[in-house]
Amino acid sequence: MGLEFIEGNEAIARGAIRAGCNFFAGYPITPASTILSNMMNLLPAQGGIAIQAEDEIASIGFCIGAAMAGSKAMTATSGPGISLYSENIGLAIMGETPLVIVDVQRQGPATGSATKGADGDIQFARWVTSGGLPIIALCPATVAEAYELTYRAFNLAETYRTPVFVLSNKEVSMTCEVVDLDKIDLPAPANRRRPLEGAAYNPHQFERTAEVPPLADIGDGRVTRYTTSTHNKAGYLTAEPEVIQEMIEHYAAKIDSAADDIALYRQDLQQGAETLVVSYGVTSRAARVAIRQARDKGHRVSSLVLQTLYPVPERILRRAMQGVRRVVVPEMNLGQYRYDIERLAPAGVVVSGVNRMDTTLLPPSEIEFRGQL
Amino acid sequence: MNTPTVQTYMSKQAGPLPFCPGCGHERILKELDKALVKLQLDPKNVVIVTDIGCIGLSDQYFATNGFHGLHGRSLTYATGIKLARPELTVLVLMGDGGCGIGGAHLLNAARRNLDLTLIVANNFNYGMTGGQHSVTTPFGGRTATTPGGNVEGPLDLCATVAAAGASWVYRGMTHDTDLADRIVQGIRYPGFALLDVWELCTAYYTPRNEMNKRELMNLVNATGMRTGLLVERQRPEFGASYRESSKSVSRRRSIVIDKAFDSGLDRQVGIVIAGSAGQKVKSAATLLARAGMLSGLDATQKDDYPITVMTGHSLSEINLSPKPIEYTAIDNPDYFAVISEEGLKKTRKWIGRLPETCTLYVDESLEIPDTRARVRRIGLARVTKEIGKLAVSWATVGAIVADGKFIAGQTLEQAVIRFQSPTVAPANLKAVQMGLGLTG
Repeated sequence: MGLEFIEGNEAIARGAIRAGCNFFAGYPITPASTILSNMMNLLPAQGGIAIQAEDEIASIGFCIGAAMAGSKAMTATSGPGISLYSENIGLAIMGETPLVIVDVQRQGPATGSATKGADGDIQFARWVTSGGLPIIALCPATVAEAYELTYRAFNLAETYRTPVFVLSNKEVSMTCEVVDLDKIDLPAPANRRRPLEGAAYNPHQFERTAEVPPLADIGDGRVTRYTTSTHNKAGYLTAEPEVIQEMIEHYAAKIDSAADDIALYRQDLQQGAETLVVSYGVTSRAARVAIRQARDKGHRVSSLVLQTLYPVPERILRRAMQGVRRVVVPEMNLGQYRYDIERLAPAGVVVSGVNRMDTTLLPPSEIEFRGQL
Repeated sequence: MNTPTVQTYMSKQAGPLPFCPGCGHERILKELDKALVKLQLDPKNVVIVTDIGCIGLSDQYFATNGFHGLHGRSLTYATGIKLARPELTVLVLMGDGGCGIGGAHLLNAARRNLDLTLIVANNFNYGMTGGQHSVTTPFGGRTATTPGGNVEGPLDLCATVAAAGASWVYRGMTHDTDLADRIVQGIRYPGFALLDVWELCTAYYTPRNEMNKRELMNLVNATGMRTGLLVERQRPEFGASYRESSKSVSRRRSIVIDKAFDSGLDRQVGIVIAGSAGQKVKSAATLLARAGMLSGLDATQKDDYPITVMTGHSLSEINLSPKPIEYTAIDNPDYFAVISEEGLKKTRKWIGRLPETCTLYVDESLEIPDTRARVRRIGLARVTKEIGKLAVSWATVGAIVADGKFIAGQTLEQAVIRFQSPTVAPANLKAVQMGLGLTG
């Protein structure tokens, strides 16, 4: 391809298409609208469907229907839209639906500031629907990562039959950068495991609790069932506590047990460092500048940048926290991911945040100073 | 080879239907089964989509594909399924409750005219949750939540979807002898088809309102809501129209930018342009970034603007660097341009804390606050007069480049020539060249 100057939302759209996305539904909302317009530009021309729905509930509803009929589907919105997606995200978890959900975060709560960035939806994405079951969430820091992580989100959605969040931010999605998309290393595209020809099919069949069941698309030559209600492996309603518990444990285990495989991160640990900075998203860029400045002054500081936020890469975090005395977590919110780090921190390790939620980027100088790097 | 005739589409493994004695739902499902038998569709190519309420239990009693979703949202899943697989027959079963909570989807499915068939099992109340009133409860109807009689008027589902553009609309009763044939017609209709089927809820609405078959017919007279095939007209089916219109969509071309010039730049420079919406600030910032790329530099562009489109400020921050750029905001700009009152208003505080190392380019007409930055006045009035008011941002980047010399002036000109459309390039090139002369 060569070098281009594009914004994160275009990279998200093109990453989706590279991953095989052939169905997109969305509803206009700043700062996610240009994903919708890019998909409108890209998908129909190659035989896919890109459609503007009447509201956010319909957007994700269209996507869930299409995904179960065999499409690789994506929807995109911002925080207010995620609120409206909430119940359907529960449905997608319940029905084990492969689906990519882009949340281009903006300053909230409520309508907030439509054209300003924030990372206010981090814990919201994790606990987005009733029941508390896990989801997968990736968080890009750059336009190139917006492309790569959207692509990977499809692979994860297909592999684990689950909704996967791409937690972008206005500051990534609507910022232009120089990228060569063809030079980004990507794994082979993944597709949902399909049932064996002629074999009996149950939509939620698993032997091991953490096993991801094969998925027959609606219309693919066998009769299949999908339901929002508590059901057994065959997709029929059930009130048997043992069956219900088995299904619930399955939904959780297939994600949680794969945390190491899903973990994407960049680690720059320094021998003898007493301070570790854990960052994600656009703030990780300022954090790295702050760390470099501190190191230039002779301070020892380690860096862990997370691209996978959920499931929490616990093993990676625990290992990175070994031997440090302090962990600093800069965030464009009042302190959200910090809670997931605090619960993993070894005894005696102090976890503190550098937080700002005023629509501006956290500057390196502030991370260095307030984080006492 | 003859395909064996399907005798029933009801599932053998699901057991008996779960509805109350006398409930109209059982009758609707049996008539639907009869309709499917008449049509002899392959069960594997039929999808029954339901949502919440007693009628939402229905899909699992059929040996077709079943999709049981959220309350009132069945039309949305059906839309996704049908768009992804146009060859499938997609049937939707909703209650009157679903038509209330999912009213937007009902209107839009009618308007859109995708080939779906919706059967509403309309029993005037919420049977699953205790008989509360719904959008179709008749005026005066007694329900769990209208103890003094319903004082809201009922929604005429048929008239509503007809007004929204539905092209096949039928209203009938569960006891109609031609219901199965009407369902067949609805399924065969190539577009959105609604069957509003009135029925008895023997658990709640019937005992509370002494409802029976005759009273149902009286209700038709009392409400003026007619029965029978109410609308039948030709409209383009959405799926077919979508696929047809897609043929005319051509993919926008990407702009690839290769290094063509050398730049002596050995550090990161940050440039801020503050102006007004409609002044092409963002476009000029992109031009500057592309000129940087032509010079082999990394570039970022971060924009700020209010939610309005053609009014308010427009501010762009551009970084250029021989090394990869990390932090995209500019805390200490090297070059800062203010080209309108709105841009000045937005950046007044910022101007007050600019460092001495910054050069501030200000249109001659603007009065700026005290600043430590080096101030360079630029005469944008002349640019407006000679080329037009859309030219000021292009001229401004020209002025910054000519003065700052962090990239060559000709890279800006080349960026216009190579990457801008022939309709705007000549004027923009003139503006850039005029800008290069403003400070150079």
